[in-house]
Amino acid sequence: MVIERKKKPFRWHVLVFLGPAIIVYTMIMILPLAETLRFSFFLRDTSTQVVSFAGLENYIKLFFDPYWAKPFLNSLWNNCYFFLIHMLVQNPIGILIAALLSMVHLPGRKLYRTAIFMPTLLSFVVVGFIWKLMLSPLWGVSKGLMKSVGVGSWYLPFLGKEETALTTLSLISVWQFIGIPMMLIYAALLSVPDEVIEAAECDGVTGISQFFRIKLVLILPTIGIISILTFVGNFNAFDLIYTTQGPLAGPNFSTDLLGTILYRTFYGQQLQPGDPNMGAAIATVMFFIILTGVAIYLFFIQRKLTRYEM
Amino acid sequence: MAISRARRNRMAELGAHIILLTFAMIALFPVLLILINSVKTKKAIFRQPLEFPTSETLDLVGYATVLQQGNFPLYFWNSLFVTGASLCLILLFGAMAAYALSEYKFRGNRLIGLYMALGIMIPIRLGTVGILRLMVATDLVNTHWALILVYTAQGLPLAIFILSEFMSTVSSDLKSAGRIDGLSEYSIFYRLVLPLIRPAMATVAVFSMIPIWNDLWFPLILAPAEHTKTLTLGAQVFVGQYSNNWNAILAAMALAVIPVLILYTLFSRQLIRGLTSGAVK
Repeated sequence: MVIERKKKPFRWHVLVFLGPAIIVYTMIMILPLAETLRFSFFLRDTSTQVVSFAGLENYIKLFFDPYWAKPFLNSLWNNCYFFLIHMLVQNPIGILIAALLSMVHLPGRKLYRTAIFMPTLLSFVVVGFIWKLMLSPLWGVSKGLMKSVGVGSWYLPFLGKEETALTTLSLISVWQFIGIPMMLIYAALLSVPDEVIEAAECDGVTGISQFFRIKLVLILPTIGIISILTFVGNFNAFDLIYTTQGPLAGPNFSTDLLGTILYRTFYGQQLQPGDPNMGAAIATVMFFIILTGVAIYLFFIQRKLTRYEM
Repeated sequence: MAISRARRNRMAELGAHIILLTFAMIALFPVLLILINSVKTKKAIFRQPLEFPTSETLDLVGYATVLQQGNFPLYFWNSLFVTGASLCLILLFGAMAAYALSEYKFRGNRLIGLYMALGIMIPIRLGTVGILRLMVATDLVNTHWALILVYTAQGLPLAIFILSEFMSTVSSDLKSAGRIDGLSEYSIFYRLVLPLIRPAMATVAVFSMIPIWNDLWFPLILAPAEHTKTLTLGAQVFVGQYSNNWNAILAAMALAVIPVLILYTLFSRQLIRGLTSGAVK
């Protein structure tokens, strides 16, 4: 059955406008991502170099074969810890700074804002090396500084000890990225309408209790966004570890994150050749971790949070 | 009563200043330390790391080493070219796609919007295995184009997202007027809409630029050759090779920081306005 329909002329310009973006995005991002997922189901025989379908074998190895599972689960755990430190340190301090900045009539706040945001723009290579130098026992800077505030005896080669290296790196990363939660929360606080604040003041809710009972509730959606941004950034982190600790994420893999283990697996390390298929499996696991985080955010957190029209 | 309240406010303000000043110091100190020590003699770096250089301790040997040994002008040019070309493509393609999505109603409009939005949350890094295979197959490894294409794909989703929000605020009367005057859809886009969203383009440019300029992962994997090394990768390699030459390391760090500091002072208003105007939500 043929239905005669009055067809509008095909609007070529829509295609011309959309085409380049879709082509580049699909070719360079979506297809390689799909290719990576597909690749993780194959195996390359190390002697014959024949690639064959292997089903879930790579994943089973990754989670259950101790040779793979131990470093992989170690890096997964480290990554969770890395994220936890960011959530516990970066975001509360970001909120604190933003709250202080948004205090009415605070002179010089532009300067503070500019200064505190500055590290966010530096590359990981610079950040990693600056801190590596500062914390190095060779250069007495951090020891001298700690001495001057009376805690010289607490000095350790923080990046060189297994117990402290990961925490130190997490804090360095917090130092670098504190500007982002600060800015976003500062913007959210500025958009809290004056009427709400006036109403609160009429009811005698002022100062700190006003902040916690009114403003913090109103900016919860922003805190949600910051959390998911932190999550995605942290589970994708690589550069800082690579610059300060090298691809082996020393000492003794104590700072190994998913990103570094992906790099080592994919590219190989000292004695072991690279294994792209296993690397693809790790990338796929990372993909699903991030996807799960984003989905939890979109379907549970964002829906639960009431957005107040401001 | 009124006096004590005013005093309490002043105390609170003082407290706020102290806390903010502390954080600002913590943020700036490491960078200042590097800049100060990069122009000192080796002896002074170790003896008086916290002091400003004096005429006795001033020494530019680190910079001399960096400029003689490293290929820093080339790395700098590579970074500039890759970042600049990627930004142009992101802005051009992003604005075009954002215009199509916000201006025209067609089937699949929302679906395409969602499809592009996927890339905001999913890091492109996870497709590295596939990207490297693609670049090997097309013989683009160790070329600038490998990086430019990857960064364009990486930057497009957020650019389209931000720009289409702004595009929808452009008055439709203006566009209708253009159509009545017989302008083609292309000239409406290029001559009417683009000039109006210039501020949004600047915001997108600043946001996209930072991760591209600072990236280490893709230069390391796709373009590690000497002639395509970016400044970030070059600094990383240089610092690894000269790990005992503190003058050289500090100078290399300073050279990597200075362009960023200059750009930041130039664009910080734009950037901060972009962040606080709710462009990223």
